[in-house]
Amino acid sequence: MKKYLLPGLKLTIVMIILCAVLYPLLIAGVSKLAPGQGKGETISVNGKVVGYANIGQKFTDDKYFWGRPSAVDYNAAGSAGSNKGPSNADYLQVVKDRIDSFLVHNPGVKKEQIPAEMVTASGSGLDPDISPASAKIQTKRIASIRNIDELKLLNLIDQHTESPLAGMLGPSKINVLKLNIALDDLK
Amino acid sequence: MNTELIGIIVTFLLTLLVAIPLGKYISKVFKGERTITDFMNPFERFIFRICSIDPNKEMNWKEHLVALLSINMIWFVYAFVILITQGSLFLNPDGNPSQTPDLAFNTAISFLVNCNLQHYSGESGATYLSQLAVLAFLQFVSAATGIAAVLVLFRALVNKTTTQLGNFFVFFTKTVTRVLLPICIIIALLLSFNGTPASFDGKDSIVTLQGDSVQVSRGPAAGFIAIKHLGTNGGGWFGANSSHPLENPNYFTNMVEMIAQVIIPIALVFALGFFINRRKLAYTIFGVMTLGMLTLMIPTVISEVQGNPAIAQLGVEQATGTMEGKEVRLGPTASAYWSIVTTIISTGSVNSMHDSSTPMAGMMQLLGMMTNCFYGGKGVGLLNYFIFLIIAVFISGLMVGRTPEFLGKKIEAREMKIASLIALLHPFLVLAGTALSSYFVAHHPDIDWAVKPANWLNNPGNHGFSEMLYEYTSASANNGSGFEGLGDNNIFWNVTTGIVMILGRFLPIIGPVAIAGLLAGKKFIPESAGTLKTDTATFGIMTYAVIMIIAALAFFPALTLGPIAEYFNLY
Repeated sequence: MKKYLLPGLKLTIVMIILCAVLYPLLIAGVSKLAPGQGKGETISVNGKVVGYANIGQKFTDDKYFWGRPSAVDYNAAGSAGSNKGPSNADYLQVVKDRIDSFLVHNPGVKKEQIPAEMVTASGSGLDPDISPASAKIQTKRIASIRNIDELKLLNLIDQHTESPLAGMLGPSKINVLKLNIALDDLK
Repeated sequence: MNTELIGIIVTFLLTLLVAIPLGKYISKVFKGERTITDFMNPFERFIFRICSIDPNKEMNWKEHLVALLSINMIWFVYAFVILITQGSLFLNPDGNPSQTPDLAFNTAISFLVNCNLQHYSGESGATYLSQLAVLAFLQFVSAATGIAAVLVLFRALVNKTTTQLGNFFVFFTKTVTRVLLPICIIIALLLSFNGTPASFDGKDSIVTLQGDSVQVSRGPAAGFIAIKHLGTNGGGWFGANSSHPLENPNYFTNMVEMIAQVIIPIALVFALGFFINRRKLAYTIFGVMTLGMLTLMIPTVISEVQGNPAIAQLGVEQATGTMEGKEVRLGPTASAYWSIVTTIISTGSVNSMHDSSTPMAGMMQLLGMMTNCFYGGKGVGLLNYFIFLIIAVFISGLMVGRTPEFLGKKIEAREMKIASLIALLHPFLVLAGTALSSYFVAHHPDIDWAVKPANWLNNPGNHGFSEMLYEYTSASANNGSGFEGLGDNNIFWNVTTGIVMILGRFLPIIGPVAIAGLLAGKKFIPESAGTLKTDTATFGIMTYAVIMIIAALAFFPALTLGPIAEYFNLY
């Protein structure tokens, strides 16, 4: 064993330099050319940063499109899912309460129209997206509060719907933050 | 067909498209044939010279193991020391604290053994220094260790009688310089150009559109996430792992990460075929592994797409499937696919929270880790498969009345003893651990510990039992994923899973390498009419049956108490 310790130690130092110093520096350097310079892509309104493009935000105000429930209350200092099992009675009660609350805030919407994602927590607690269906069932509420034609809102949703990768891989989605910024701009 | 289903089929096809040429390339590198990375030669010679390693000195299997274990010991000490002092060291912009000794013990072992069970969250439990210089470093070297071990097997199966099986340090170094680093650079840049952070800036504070003040954790994550997948390590930069929108920003990166984690395990199977010049054997092994994967994958996808029946009862619409613990941009289908890939190959990264999976999916994830050889982890997956293959050879030999032989070498009592012990070790570690923790939950829930056993579980009943079963299965299989609801950052879990991880890593390396070394030293018997053919479909099915029967016999009772009981409660 002794004869391998010294070469092992030296090789360890070489590998630390290679894999833990040079490699991350190279990636950080080249990534300066990436959107957001490798610091994360931000979105600004009137020159003020209002959020990160990929990080979901909490929207509880009735005048905004809501995102999904979050186990970390959308504070991206951390990240987590609820880790509730599918048969957990307490958890199912929480979902039931969310459904009831959604119905109260969205008069005219029927229970069976609510997509499950609007009443279940995401994996990261920071999900930036919702599906087009989840946006569309919120238009009545927003139209009446903002006094806007509902058709305009539906158009806005269509404009902001990102189709699947290459048109055929994965789900369609809408970035809630971008949608709400566009909503604020709508006159 | 819907776009989510096409997404996973295309992902699998792309995986094969990359893995087969990669297998050929790996075989060439270690046979010493010409490859496009030969420009690394002078650099590697330089490394060997300054480390006083003689690359031409061949080792026997025992010397291989001693070299492997010695260098791993150095890494453990190094990792432990940095983790318990990280709070006062540099590169800590968020001011995170040092790890407690029991957590550092667990974390150091976890990354050393390619498991990456995480009892901390990256945002608050590690610093940029420890993430890079300890965790990412160990992700590289633990993956290279696994490959260096399987290369001993490659060398031993080439038909000749020898004790000289190559040099551990050469296998190890070339794995890093020729395979891991070049591919990681490509993956890391694909990620960072799609939105994964790569700079050294610390947490950002922002005021959201609605006016809330929140913080956003960042850091040099892209390179870390690349090796986390390519090395089948699985430890996340962020707590939520690859469900985090910075760790896995869109469907494209999700495909990249799904492909990255499985290409080397698959490539190694093909590399074996090229290396020992028995392609048909490699195709047979690949066929069995793929059959195993599909056995677990298909029920998982179906169950997740159908949704949670308890949620359906509440009356809402589950258009695409279960959404608790899932991300909209990835969807339930790709999440189901990922959950099986990550459990069969011991990555253990997640893009959805497994704790919230349907009982059927949870059981298949558990079975992926219980069998632990369908493609399997970096190098060790093939070593595990080799154990089952030896057992299958022996049983079939007895069934048809022929001397059990594999590739011209007789399988005798000594090899069988080792194979049986290794095959039984995994169930033993999993079941003993689960029994111990269940005992405390059931009989001493209020014992005077920092975290009482009564507070360990995040879910009641059978699902709570599954959380404990999953934790030990993941530790023993060196997987690293979790039913993360489990309250596992306390002395009991840190220490017990730490011990399970270390036994579950090194014994299953020592066993097969020993068998390979013993076989290599035996006399070569040329193939004759009496030889049992091991590269046929019949023998493939036999191996598949051996794997499934051993898993069923060992784990069925435990699965009955967990996911199976939950299934019947729910449906």
